[in-house]
Amino acid sequence: MLLELVDISVRYGQVRALTKVSLGVSKGEIAAVMGPNGAGKSTVLKAVMGLAPVVDGHVNWRQNPLTAPTHEIVREGIAFVPQGRRVFTHLTIEENLEMGCLYLNDAAEKQRRLDTVLELFPVLHEKRRDLASQMSGGQQQMLALGRGLMAGPEVLLLDEPTLGLAPIVVKEVFQKVAEISEKLNTTIMVVEHNIKGVLDIVDRAYVLDMGRVVHDGTPESIQETDTLTRVFLGKLDAGESTEEA
Amino acid sequence: MSIATGAIRGLQEVARDPGSWWRRSKGSVELWANLIVLGWALVFMLWRGGGFAITVGSVFAIWAVLAVSLNLVVGYTGLLSVGHIGFFGIGAYAMAVLTSSASYEQLRTEAIPTFGWPFFAALPISVVLAGLVALVVGVAFNRFRDDIYVLVSFGFAVIAFTTFLSWRNLTRGAFGIHQVARPAIGPLVFDGELEFLALLLVFLGLVVLISWLIVTSSFGRVLTAIREDEEAIEVFGYRTTHYKLAIWVISAMMAGLAGALLASWSTFIDPNSFVLLESVLLVSIVILGGLASIWGSLLGALAFVMLEEGMRFVPFLPSEFIGQIRQMILGILLVLLMLFRPQGLVGRFKL
Repeated sequence: MLLELVDISVRYGQVRALTKVSLGVSKGEIAAVMGPNGAGKSTVLKAVMGLAPVVDGHVNWRQNPLTAPTHEIVREGIAFVPQGRRVFTHLTIEENLEMGCLYLNDAAEKQRRLDTVLELFPVLHEKRRDLASQMSGGQQQMLALGRGLMAGPEVLLLDEPTLGLAPIVVKEVFQKVAEISEKLNTTIMVVEHNIKGVLDIVDRAYVLDMGRVVHDGTPESIQETDTLTRVFLGKLDAGESTEEA
Repeated sequence: MSIATGAIRGLQEVARDPGSWWRRSKGSVELWANLIVLGWALVFMLWRGGGFAITVGSVFAIWAVLAVSLNLVVGYTGLLSVGHIGFFGIGAYAMAVLTSSASYEQLRTEAIPTFGWPFFAALPISVVLAGLVALVVGVAFNRFRDDIYVLVSFGFAVIAFTTFLSWRNLTRGAFGIHQVARPAIGPLVFDGELEFLALLLVFLGLVVLISWLIVTSSFGRVLTAIREDEEAIEVFGYRTTHYKLAIWVISAMMAGLAGALLASWSTFIDPNSFVLLESVLLVSIVILGGLASIWGSLLGALAFVMLEEGMRFVPFLPSEFIGQIRQMILGILLVLLMLFRPQGLVGRFKL
């Protein structure tokens, strides 16, 4: 595998977020990490980026342990698009995109990447001089994806890219993720709670519950079993049912 | 650049249609803030005459250097430091100790070594010393953020003040240091108030220029990104701790410069100029003017100095209460500002 977590355990103080989690993504694939709230999905990506306190296990990158500190990981070829979009609202769209590769000193390469991203996202091209604060949630998510791609990554880590978006926009985001994989041949690991949409575009899926991997395989194999139903419905308590109502 | 183009476009429009000025300006708080503060300062200076204008100008220049430098840390980078006054004090004491030529024979218990250096030899030492202390403090502070940052910087301000007060065989404690040297270049001695004001304005211009170059560079863009989302910018490959440390040290050096200028301007310093309250007032100036706005800091400093100096002339106020009333007014102003205009007079960002 290109990027692989091997027996990773993460603890926030007394709370175990992940227990001996092993999962990964092969070159050119899209892999999904799914599970209910609090299952530890986002912690998986944070563990790769050095943003979570890993107490055991290691991350393999191109078959070698990944030991680089957070700020150097992007240079290794791994870009992270954090949850909640987190675009810089005081900067324009173009400036936001430039932030994704400001560490590069090659102006021609920067321009080439900018052209690629703007071609892939017509909406960003159209509004490139506007402030990011003037964009809708869906457009900001596209900007966050584009900014991640500006790093020219081999692997793109997406943390809940559809969180808080309208169903029609969710579909667009998934289409765009599939398009990135297809056109740029970027390997993608996506953490998602939106099972229905994500299973249509991935090659491999992992289901997490209470910090452990409870199932992995092709999307079809997951749909054939009742793992998802058990994991999601088994967790349904009084609080969550109120939310549904 | 965009401000200049905007201003030119605005002037062209007003030239075509003079009535448009009133329509445009009615809703612009920024414009009115500028007009009121600048107008108030101008009217007051014309009324009180040249001597007053020179004094106000000098006090303004020193506070403006402080405010602009603190804005780099608080406004642009988002690190709410209330310890800036410590670096101001370090610069001032370095200048005072190195250049004072006073003889303290009458007070042998409070005698300190005198070096009698010229101003321009002591100035770089003051600036570098503030920078070095900031480097050490900054390495320790780098892991903190937000409310914890306020607390640790508060701790630094307290330690700095206590050091100025207690290290008596260097600072003379509460007695203060007299006869701090005035600047001299060859035969040209800046002992007149007007000459000194000119020198202060040159230094202020330099600080504004350096700050402007910083905030408009890619370095400055990373700083503002740190303020918005430090974790996000770190995953894009920036070692944010280095950026934070760099701006912290640069800002402290500017504060050290302001301190050195204050010591030389007033020729006497004691720890009272570096109490925590002054630090809080300084943060208030930065917020009052506007976070992440150099012009805002200049305007905030001017408003503050005008408030401070201007209130001396309010006829019905007993002089012994002026200091307290001034602080109360500043407090009320800040509360009103946070309620109705949290981004400050000309700023764009909220705390």
